Amino acid sequence: MTLDASESTTYDEAGPGPSRFTEVRRKGASLNADEVAVQLRGITKRFPGVVANDGIDLSVHRGEIHCLLGENGAGKTTLMRILYGLYQPDAGQILLHGEATRIPSPRAALTHHIGMVHQHFHLVPTLSVEENIILGLSEGRGPFLRPRKTRARIRALASEYGLQVDPTAKVWQLAVGQQQRVEILKALYRDADTLIMDEPTSVLTPQEVDALFHTLRALVDQGLTIIFITHKLDEVMEVSDRVTVLRKGKVIATVDTVSTSKAELARLMVGREVVFRLEKRPGQAGDEILKVRDLHALNDRGLPALRGVSFSVRSREILGIAGVSGNGQHELSEVLTGMRRATHGGATLEAQDVTNRSARAIADLGVAHVPTERIRVGTVPNMTIRENLILKRYRRRPFCRWIFLDEGAAGANACDAMERYGIAAPHDGIAAKNLSGGNIQRMLLARELSGEPHLIVAAHPTYGLDVGATEQVRQVLLDQRDRGAGILLISEDLDEILQLSDRILVLFAGEVMGILTSEEAQLEEIGLMMAGAQRQAVSS
Amino acid sequence: MAPHWLRVERRTTLPPRVVFGVSFAAIVAALLAAGIFFKAYGVSPLRAYQLIVTGALGSKVGLAETVRRTIPLLLCGVGLTVAFRALFWNIGAEGQLLVGAMAAAGVALFVPMPDLLRLPAMFVAGFAGGAFWALIPAMLKVRLGINDVISTLMLNYVAAFVMQYLIQGPWKGPTARGFAYTDKFPASATLARIPGTPIHWPTLILGVLAAVLAYIWVTRTRQGFEIRVVGENPDAARYAGISQGKVILAVMLVSGGLAGVAGVGEAAGIHRMLLAPSKLSFGYGYTAIIVAWLARRNPLAVIGTALLFGVIMAGGDVIKVSLGLPFQLVNVFNGLILFFLIGSEIFMRYKVSIRWRRA
Repeated sequence: MTLDASESTTYDEAGPGPSRFTEVRRKGASLNADEVAVQLRGITKRFPGVVANDGIDLSVHRGEIHCLLGENGAGKTTLMRILYGLYQPDAGQILLHGEATRIPSPRAALTHHIGMVHQHFHLVPTLSVEENIILGLSEGRGPFLRPRKTRARIRALASEYGLQVDPTAKVWQLAVGQQQRVEILKALYRDADTLIMDEPTSVLTPQEVDALFHTLRALVDQGLTIIFITHKLDEVMEVSDRVTVLRKGKVIATVDTVSTSKAELARLMVGREVVFRLEKRPGQAGDEILKVRDLHALNDRGLPALRGVSFSVRSREILGIAGVSGNGQHELSEVLTGMRRATHGGATLEAQDVTNRSARAIADLGVAHVPTERIRVGTVPNMTIRENLILKRYRRRPFCRWIFLDEGAAGANACDAMERYGIAAPHDGIAAKNLSGGNIQRMLLARELSGEPHLIVAAHPTYGLDVGATEQVRQVLLDQRDRGAGILLISEDLDEILQLSDRILVLFAGEVMGILTSEEAQLEEIGLMMAGAQRQAVSS
Repeated sequence: MAPHWLRVERRTTLPPRVVFGVSFAAIVAALLAAGIFFKAYGVSPLRAYQLIVTGALGSKVGLAETVRRTIPLLLCGVGLTVAFRALFWNIGAEGQLLVGAMAAAGVALFVPMPDLLRLPAMFVAGFAGGAFWALIPAMLKVRLGINDVISTLMLNYVAAFVMQYLIQGPWKGPTARGFAYTDKFPASATLARIPGTPIHWPTLILGVLAAVLAYIWVTRTRQGFEIRVVGENPDAARYAGISQGKVILAVMLVSGGLAGVAGVGEAAGIHRMLLAPSKLSFGYGYTAIIVAWLARRNPLAVIGTALLFGVIMAGGDVIKVSLGLPFQLVNVFNGLILFFLIGSEIFMRYKVSIRWRRA
């Protein structure tokens, strides 16, 4: 057995890892812009039935923000999981600072100074910031921690990179943006000089996104390297130095950000021209469908989440609900669809009182619900596409005869839905958990819109979806409006609200701050209302 | 973290051969581990396993003994697969079986009725008794959110002590000469057996029928769909307007009822009286948990796994008689199988392979 000489010399998994690069960067030594920090050669990764990464070559220079752009399922996250040691490639080589390296685990990645901030944070909510940061490290002296030393180091890192956060605060008390800072600090505390950020903006408010981009700039100014996974073109243009576009597991191009455009990137990413325009005809709102009066409800912790909300939705109308997350939107969608009890007040649907009726009764009255957490709530991941598509209609003909389910009817329904909504899957008998995010949302929409609903409650309908899927979902909603449905659109994406809504309601702390028509809506005014200013106060 | 020579990856599909292979490997591992105990008694494990197999399957007597053990395991196991599918952890089949036996004994001994109706009435009473005992923890869970594992387990002891009380007190048979038994059941209250064996075939037929019907119920019907949704994702059930409470009550009605029927079989088919709980049941309700788990919650597969554990239990008798070893070795072995089965679950979610050389 012969071993590749270079590999046997560079492979060190257990050792503490010399901080040679860390030393250079901490001293802010002059940067060689062309020094390659990370190079991937011919990385291939196969999963059953799909080649997630197909011979990928990528080189990331030291001190740059390198975007990895691609639609969902393009292989971005898989590639970065390989670099972070979560997956092993089937073929290919990883070179760090020019040397071939094997990365068998995240711990090994960390010894090579690679850190990763996941899309969904890996923090323990009941522990403090500093406890989370040192979690898993062998710190201190013997069995004892040295909290003062730890805290001093965290404070130093925080002020060096502008990541202000109280080390003694418990994580559950922090806003999402602050939690993300803790994740970044965690990586820096472990001497990471290459930071992988997986869709870091998907959970942030516009203001938090700005702050994050500031931080990232500060980090690369200090000589760190950042790999930024995203599918949002605006972010690429705003934050990156170079972009590598992935499509279907292959590298399509690597370009300098200054020499490209949104349109070009979109074409590279999707593989065809993308039209950034929806067909939205002027609304012709009809009769009132939903009337909500003085609605009160509690959140999961038993605290008031809705405090006297009143509004109405008419047919052929999209009412957008704007607000920072956690201001009662989620509870509102649940109360209206029968999943949460109203404690006071109520709602009428086409003159029928639906206050605290069951979820089934409300669905049967023609209310569709696209839930906030589409995978955890809206689907049964281990059941098939066919079964998921009849989740709300399995009790009725043609899917049910007497007490028996009709597999044939369910199959025909699935075929029809998959074709009509473009759900990409080999067949309808595979488990829903194997679908990509966009396809799960298509499946959910296919199910919810099948009965020509009168009212559609859509919560974050395009959250986490790629360009193509987002475009499709928004068009579907507009088509449903034109068909005659009333739509309650809950979203944290203000652009989406502005683009689709006929009227916009702003929620803050469970109260209605005001309702504007789309003509009079201005970003600035909505922003103030989202921060708690009543509309009257704003306009007077 | 995994060492470099070990490769761990999440499975995206689960082919049946993997399920079968992993389960088989778990049983083999349990056999190897149990071998240590045989060795400790100075008995060659291979010889012991050979004796178990030939003893339980090699003769007419052994085979009959195996089938006798299979019957209650089958009925309890089928019921448990259904409960487990709805994510209700019914650990109480043992108690439900005992309550079923008590209900049947009450009808056999104390309720005047035409002879022709007596056995059917005993089965109905047994089913109702087991179901009643199972609905207590079901209601506690649905109404008050009380943990199902604890309440079902604790009720086993309550059932056993109630039975002790009955056979030592009010139901103690005047003809039992001071022993803690009831009187023998009248002839009209005893189940037919295959001549020369202890196999009470009417209960066996009920068991196979239950397996087939339960399979159709969970895979083909409207309510089966609801059971699967509740078991796979309770949040989605709430979202789809499926009542988790109704599903739990339905599965526990059936689960407890079938365990109750198993109790009727033991009382009317084997002992033909009510006697001490540990003599009536041999822990069938507990062993059935392993039976249902090994069947991977598929009621039809329980026919096979119940038979396998019938062999193991009958083999336990052989160990006792031929080798002079304690019967409890079988419990050790059963425990090891469950241990390895649950431990093997990880191999169904992840693919683990060893790389022999660096790629």
